[in-house]
Amino acid sequence: MDLTVNIGHLKLKNPVMTASGTFGYGEEYSEFVDLNRLGAVIVKGISLKPMEGNPPPRICETPCGMLNAIGLQNVGLKRFLKEKLPYLKKYNTGIIVNILGNSIQEYIKLSKALDDAGVDGIELNVSCPNVKKGGIIFGTDKKTLARLVSKVRNSVKSAILITKLPPNVSSIQEFSKIAEESGSNAISLINTIPAIAIDIETGRPRLANVIGGLSGPAIKPIAIRIVWESYNAVKIPIIGIGGIMNAADAIEFMFAGASAVAIGTANFVNPMSTIEVIEGIEEYLKRKKIEDIKEIIGGLDATKSNNYSHNRLWL
Amino acid sequence: MIKVSNSKDPLLSRPFSFFRESPEGIQFLFEIRGKGTLMMKGFEIGEIINLLGPLGKGYPALKENKIPLLISGGIGIASIYSLAEEFGKKSILFYGAKSSESLLMIDELKGLVNELIIGTDDGSVGKKGTVVDVLNDFLMQTNAKACDYTIYGCGPKPMLKAISEVAFEKKMEGYVSVEENMACGVGACLACAIKVKRPPFNSPLTKGGYRGVNEERGRITNSEPIYKLVCRDGPVFPLEEIVW
Repeated sequence: MDLTVNIGHLKLKNPVMTASGTFGYGEEYSEFVDLNRLGAVIVKGISLKPMEGNPPPRICETPCGMLNAIGLQNVGLKRFLKEKLPYLKKYNTGIIVNILGNSIQEYIKLSKALDDAGVDGIELNVSCPNVKKGGIIFGTDKKTLARLVSKVRNSVKSAILITKLPPNVSSIQEFSKIAEESGSNAISLINTIPAIAIDIETGRPRLANVIGGLSGPAIKPIAIRIVWESYNAVKIPIIGIGGIMNAADAIEFMFAGASAVAIGTANFVNPMSTIEVIEGIEEYLKRKKIEDIKEIIGGLDATKSNNYSHNRLWL
Repeated sequence: MIKVSNSKDPLLSRPFSFFRESPEGIQFLFEIRGKGTLMMKGFEIGEIINLLGPLGKGYPALKENKIPLLISGGIGIASIYSLAEEFGKKSILFYGAKSSESLLMIDELKGLVNELIIGTDDGSVGKKGTVVDVLNDFLMQTNAKACDYTIYGCGPKPMLKAISEVAFEKKMEGYVSVEENMACGVGACLACAIKVKRPPFNSPLTKGGYRGVNEERGRITNSEPIYKLVCRDGPVFPLEEIVW
């Protein structure tokens, strides 16, 4: 059985990664997960200088999901290269680093340094909803996005370049195309969806930052739709993210067109989620007698609706 | 971290402090606050639940010749109880609650500690007043020096803040267990941030008092607070470290 997938020129042993911001720098979960088994680890967003993040409360639970406004707390490039990257390099897994900056120059500096340090991939965060001067200004303006991606493209030699787009843009297809035309090797979809939760007893927001990003199973159908729309617009691979809790969810994303998936909130709920998803995918392929996982990528047959007996299974 | 159900709502595990050991296993003591704890009330005997732990750092050991002052507000007793077991007759326990009905484990605690001093908001048991009021009364009357005591506290944030003010004024050493919303419990989600002083910071327990003194001497110190994580760096922190 072939579980390998290709994201640009990066070959992953399986399509399961960890979503940025939900798996720390890998080390935090190494007690529970054999990192060697993962397709790749996408680490928490790194900025040039360390960031302290937002005041608490930073998260709250909502039905089948959670809101977060962590505020991109991270150790900064220098400490990442010195302390975090050497640890990850001990493992036989893809290392993808999510980066964010306040200017194109900052993105270039970060990606150059990380490319030189030998990471396998760089994920451009142009979609964090939780900081005022964050990536989102780059992800919601077409010209700025095109300029950012193409400039970074020129400074990255061996790592693959992934653009993580925001879900809340006018046309996901147009933004996906811009990312592709500007030289991205892949697209990550989706980031969290900006949302608010209010405590009606006090009339105050549940998060200190008022707005947070919604993640978890609640956003999965939205994410599937966005992945499918993007898949129909571009040729580069898509990394599907959004409320994946188990193998079935991951497979659903791949049918919608994702070449790989990243597990996010599920890591918090069950530290072993990633491994269980890999094993579940293997069982599914075995049961369906599929030799190569790549066969199911984009396998959604949108010309027909489900037949009667399968439609009754939700009962 | 205790998973309260296998469904997706509620989604996240809930953080609890270890209560005590019993012949049957470990025990947790909890108050029903919301839908998570309400579902935990429905746990049945023999049911297998999902638990991730132990996580984080607990209370530090008592230094020699120190008298432990255990200070508990409300359900904070869940965390303080095992200290009462450990320190036993050496310890003095201050226990604050809304009324007599919300005081838990009183008979057991009486047998464990040297002295149990209760304060209730309605005065139905013990003195009328908060646990900080009864602590202040005690410190006024006691013959021992404040520096002979070590505070161990757990309770609502306003209570812990009030304790830290008392400890600062009397130059007492102390540790408190704090709460914050958290998702993972292992330092990955970065949700449970708590503002602490940037090290190295001066404390009333060393010389010179807090940072202000340094600034008077013309030394430039970076006094911007930083965040630590309640799940990994805590939940127990030295009182002098926390920025309230």
